[in-house]
Amino acid sequence: MQNFRVHTGIVAPLDRANIDTDQIIPKQFLKRIERTGFGEFLFYDWRYRPDGSLNSDFILNLPRYEGASILVTGNNFGCGSSREHAPWALADFGFRAVVAPSFADIFANNCGKNGVLTVALPEAAVADLMLRAQATEGYTVTVDLEQQCVTDSTGFLAKFQLDPFRRECLLNGWDDIGLTLRFEHEIAAFESRRR
Amino acid sequence: MKRTLFDKVWDEHVVRAAAGEPALIYIDLHLVHEVTSPQAFEGLREAGREVRRTDRTIATVDHNVPTTPNHRPITDRIAAQQIDTLRKNCSEFGVRLFDIDSDDQGIVHVIGPELGLTQPGMTIVCGDSHTSTHGAFGALAFGIGTSEVEHVLATQCLIQNKPRTMRIDVKGSLPAGVASKDLALGVIGQIGTAGGTGYVIEYTGKAVRALSMEARMTLCNMSIEAGARAAMVAPDAVTFEYMTGRRFAPKGAAWEQAVQHWEQLKTDEGAEFNRYIEIDAASMAPFVTWGTNPGMVAPITANVPNPARMTNAAEQQATARALDYMGIAPGTPIQEIKVDRVFIGSCTNSRIEDLRSAARVARNYHVHPNVSAMVVPGSQAVKRQAEAEGLHKIFRAAGFDWREPGCSMCLGMNPDIIAPGERCASTSNRNFEGRQGRGGRTHLVSPEMAAAAAITGHFTDVRNWQYRD
Repeated sequence: MQNFRVHTGIVAPLDRANIDTDQIIPKQFLKRIERTGFGEFLFYDWRYRPDGSLNSDFILNLPRYEGASILVTGNNFGCGSSREHAPWALADFGFRAVVAPSFADIFANNCGKNGVLTVALPEAAVADLMLRAQATEGYTVTVDLEQQCVTDSTGFLAKFQLDPFRRECLLNGWDDIGLTLRFEHEIAAFESRRR
Repeated sequence: MKRTLFDKVWDEHVVRAAAGEPALIYIDLHLVHEVTSPQAFEGLREAGREVRRTDRTIATVDHNVPTTPNHRPITDRIAAQQIDTLRKNCSEFGVRLFDIDSDDQGIVHVIGPELGLTQPGMTIVCGDSHTSTHGAFGALAFGIGTSEVEHVLATQCLIQNKPRTMRIDVKGSLPAGVASKDLALGVIGQIGTAGGTGYVIEYTGKAVRALSMEARMTLCNMSIEAGARAAMVAPDAVTFEYMTGRRFAPKGAAWEQAVQHWEQLKTDEGAEFNRYIEIDAASMAPFVTWGTNPGMVAPITANVPNPARMTNAAEQQATARALDYMGIAPGTPIQEIKVDRVFIGSCTNSRIEDLRSAARVARNYHVHPNVSAMVVPGSQAVKRQAEAEGLHKIFRAAGFDWREPGCSMCLGMNPDIIAPGERCASTSNRNFEGRQGRGGRTHLVSPEMAAAAAITGHFTDVRNWQYRD
């Protein structure tokens, strides 16, 4: 897994609550058997019109947000289906971090296993970030997982908390399976106790 | 220390616990389907790993399969490849697969319980959020992503932080014509689509005890729509009776021993939950969702909200946007909303009792000329049972399409989708934008309410239905 320590990037503000994983990556793209290449289908029904042309009104299609790598959005982001295709699509599109007041459980879990950092900030801080991103073209912030804070160059500072284990895994890019297999004897002991 | 049902199941599965770290918990049953597994098997292959417990891993095909006769033809080349990939993976890694032609094929959350694979006190996972369904048996069951699918395949364990607990106590009795789907929608309407985030819910109370196993499954199934990690109902005589004689359920002395253990799986008197919610069952009504998430829901007798009358700006904006997508004018009476399509099926409502309830409404009526309606049984076993009871004849005589089992129009990964702008009364679990087809408009209802809407052409209060038994 790609590790995450400190990342500075352009902020794209997607001001909407309860964005579900069906919006992040619609079902017709879940039939592929690869882990890669989902970025072009990210927010498909919002990025493209029914005739397949680009929806130039959608935030990620505005030239000023081109190359954005930090998505700032509303509460309960990633609700719905457990499809890991959602973080695959976000990562493949170029997002390294998502900032929101809250996240759905399974989605946040899936992000943590794909090097995508979910940053939960208070609503007021998220609203502030959105305003700043809307006001200043090319607005960038720095997301620092070591210090657990989000900052910009004009004085914005918000601290966040991440589960210590998840943080450690992301900082080091650790793969869960490798970690668990260190406890093989404990698993085997558990199995023999129960059978 | 007084413990909740959840605590007891959790404690029995902790392989390793260390201060400041998530626990490593053991998984008793891993259900696998074609959509969320290919990358997991590929990961195993790349790392040279095997499936640790093929005896605890069961696969089926449900999401992509066509519901046309014999599940054929699979015209979608990419879908066919995904199904074929599951076949190859199961064969290579030695995993038991209930394939398209199997008598046991069906929606993963329907076949687990009906085969007796799902048992009280188990930990059950699947790369599918509606795994919460299996909590109806007093199992700890939850959805996982593909990385975790790979993790369970390789280690039979998961790294998990212990969730918080929420008790939802449903007092009194549900009125006639009010289904467990309505109770589920009522709960989500009350606590919101993120109300359960981080929690495992335990449903208690007289109204929950009175539910059949299938009704409990519907309730637990929908709990993910409230954001809950999992939902549970303590096993009781209803559970044991349902499980008796099922193929993979214990038999003989092992059964007696198992029941003794299962009887202990209940929350101790006085055990504490992190959150407590009380619901008055008598206040429940048939519900219809009017918006684009399951929390946007109202009783059949209500009107859809009017954003102009809302004071909270965020709520106002979300409501206006949802109504715009749904093509409904603010304040419209729900009973005046006309439907084009009706879907009876999905892991929420495709079991035999669901089909019986819908068939009873449809009996000796005909589907409205402007409506196209389909019934998709949850599994081959449900289909066989329904046909043995003649339900398919009732549906067909009424003008419903009678299909082969699968997830079908719940998420439209197979050819069963609705057209842009079409409005569907659906017994499924999600009314997200485009869920059943791009531009499609989904209203979640119970099987009875879906059948009634199919016949009248608009949402109709099933409590006043004139049954023609």
